[in-house]
Amino acid sequence: MSIARLAAAFNCFLTHNILADRLRYMPIQTIEKFEVKFLQIINEKGEADGSLVSSFTDSDLKKFFETMILARTFNQRALSLQREGRIGTYASILGQEASQIGSALAFGGEDWLFPSFRESGVLIARGYPMWMLYRYWAGDERGMKAPPGVNIFPMSVPVGTHVPHATGAAWAMKLKGHKKAAGVYFGDGGSSKGDFHEGLNFAGVFKVPAVFLCQNNQWAISVPRKRQTAAGTIAQKAYAYGFEGVQVDGNDITAVYRATKDAVDKAKRGEGPTLIECFTYRLDDHTTSDDASRYRSKEEVEEWKGKEPLIRLRLYMEKKGVWTKDYEDAIAKKALESVDAEIKKAEGFTPPDPADIIRYTYAEPTPRQKRELKEFGWEK
Amino acid sequence: MGKVNIVAAINQALSQEMERDGDVVLLGEDVGRDGGVFRVTEGLLSKFGPDRVIDTPLSELGIIGAAIGMAAYGLKPVAEIQFMGFIYAGLEQVFSHASRIRSRSRGRYSVPMVIRTPYGIGIKPPELHSESSEALFCHMPGVKVVVPSTPYNAKGLLVSAIRDPDTVIFLEASRLYRSIKADVPDELYSIPLGKADIYQEGKDFTVVSWGTMLHRAAEAAEDFDCEIIDLMTLRPFDEEAVLNSVKKTGRLVIVHEAPRVGGFGAEIAAFAAEEAIGYLKAPVLRVAGPDAVIPMARLEDHYMPSRDRIRKAYETVMSY
Repeated sequence: MSIARLAAAFNCFLTHNILADRLRYMPIQTIEKFEVKFLQIINEKGEADGSLVSSFTDSDLKKFFETMILARTFNQRALSLQREGRIGTYASILGQEASQIGSALAFGGEDWLFPSFRESGVLIARGYPMWMLYRYWAGDERGMKAPPGVNIFPMSVPVGTHVPHATGAAWAMKLKGHKKAAGVYFGDGGSSKGDFHEGLNFAGVFKVPAVFLCQNNQWAISVPRKRQTAAGTIAQKAYAYGFEGVQVDGNDITAVYRATKDAVDKAKRGEGPTLIECFTYRLDDHTTSDDASRYRSKEEVEEWKGKEPLIRLRLYMEKKGVWTKDYEDAIAKKALESVDAEIKKAEGFTPPDPADIIRYTYAEPTPRQKRELKEFGWEK
Repeated sequence: MGKVNIVAAINQALSQEMERDGDVVLLGEDVGRDGGVFRVTEGLLSKFGPDRVIDTPLSELGIIGAAIGMAAYGLKPVAEIQFMGFIYAGLEQVFSHASRIRSRSRGRYSVPMVIRTPYGIGIKPPELHSESSEALFCHMPGVKVVVPSTPYNAKGLLVSAIRDPDTVIFLEASRLYRSIKADVPDELYSIPLGKADIYQEGKDFTVVSWGTMLHRAAEAAEDFDCEIIDLMTLRPFDEEAVLNSVKKTGRLVIVHEAPRVGGFGAEIAAFAAEEAIGYLKAPVLRVAGPDAVIPMARLEDHYMPSRDRIRKAYETVMSY
């Protein structure tokens, strides 16, 4: 046997043996799996899952419906006030009422919420005075001073960068032994930020009682959801941080409430955070300064109008005999009266004091600030 | 009372404040088991446990962002950023949130936290481990900026920083960590923020400096009769101390290692020009790093203002 043939034979033996070893000892194994659940209790035709919907009493449904009507009325009036030049740029919540109110009502008063700027519905559901919201949108920062006992952080204008604050607050609750949870609201756009990653990553590592509420309204100004991530859902990102993510029909208030309540209860049991993706749709422009017709079709908007949250709840409540036209007319009238009174209060409020520009920078003004207060004539 | 270095003085401040106040927690990269890369937090994990001395993921934004939430809820977090060059990842959290949550909420919420980070040239490390970017934070209303220069003031200033109701950026000169030993009282004491220290009295000119450069500025002052002010708090800085001294001496030299353009020396120079022009006998001079990024080890000694460059500035102001 020549040396060349010997070498070839040895090579063959080697190759064969390595292959055999691989097949025998090193099969590719699946080491992690995840599945993303989608929760819907009432569909867009008003048909409900009997077992899931049974936990909601008539009075729950009415509370949902009435709070959504109130928030929508607040929103419609805000849009008209902006057109009349009575408030500044405003971010409409139209279409997202179920995502906002269903989730906000699932938290207790002792829990802390960290909203983004498109969360009027969350604040209204938590009893935040509407006149203060109107003041805020009219450019008066006093509107973001939450009244005592209302544990809501000021709305974050920078997108998504407030996510770690909820993680930190939840962590502090855990370290202090308080049985509370922190909830944070952000959008599909916000989920692209590094802050989202770092906030959720810490939450997973330290198993803090936080609930991350993504309002996936399909559009971040003109950029569609598919441009934010190649992932099939935003909910699945939670699995990379070691906790559960769930997608809910964000236009079904019962589903949003159920998922959030479960997540809040779980957080308070010490079982860690949850990411909830509310699959919803921004029916209006991004803000009053935007024109959504530049980047999305009328057909798409029309299709989502049919799925908006009030229609299905109304249909379901009607079937249950809880809704009548008279009932809705009465609550709509009440909502309008209440919103008008709030606007009156907002517009009758004293103008802000220029000294406030300086006053809240530090707990105590610096010597320079004290001089500036005098120099600018803001304090005698 | 014992002679200790700055590392030990800061460790004492942390340990004693943590004993005094159960809401003080430490968090950062390697601060627990490893005691921090400079060993500043050595021994604190075993003393206070993992709920109060927290090794975090490698995540500066996350550390600062979570600390904001902790502080707003009622803890007193002391976050460590391993090197000042790494804080840039968390600037958004400081600039857009920590500095303005009190204002944004009109006083309803506040962020009483400390961000400790080693800064400056001096330990021959890789790139971005020698940054001196104090001016960035000095430009941001809502935060305070503190730079200790000795073991004694490091301990007292850190105690005040932890007790302060607002966010304090606490910059520790890495070059000084182990290079000076001095008497530090064993008991807790505090040095008020916003007050400068007259490091050396004198009559011919005023030198304003902080951190590492304070010591070089003082060494360079041999044979000069100058007044040296250790600013200690850069934001808000002690305008009264600077003004009184400049009125007395009529000359001002500011010494810092950060790049000159837009450096914090510019603010002090402008302040002197606005408030004390009638007293000035000479142009206000800055001795600072060049308008360039801080280099790595082999060139760092060339970057840092030398004794000769500082003396030349002293001679220049004295020539008027």
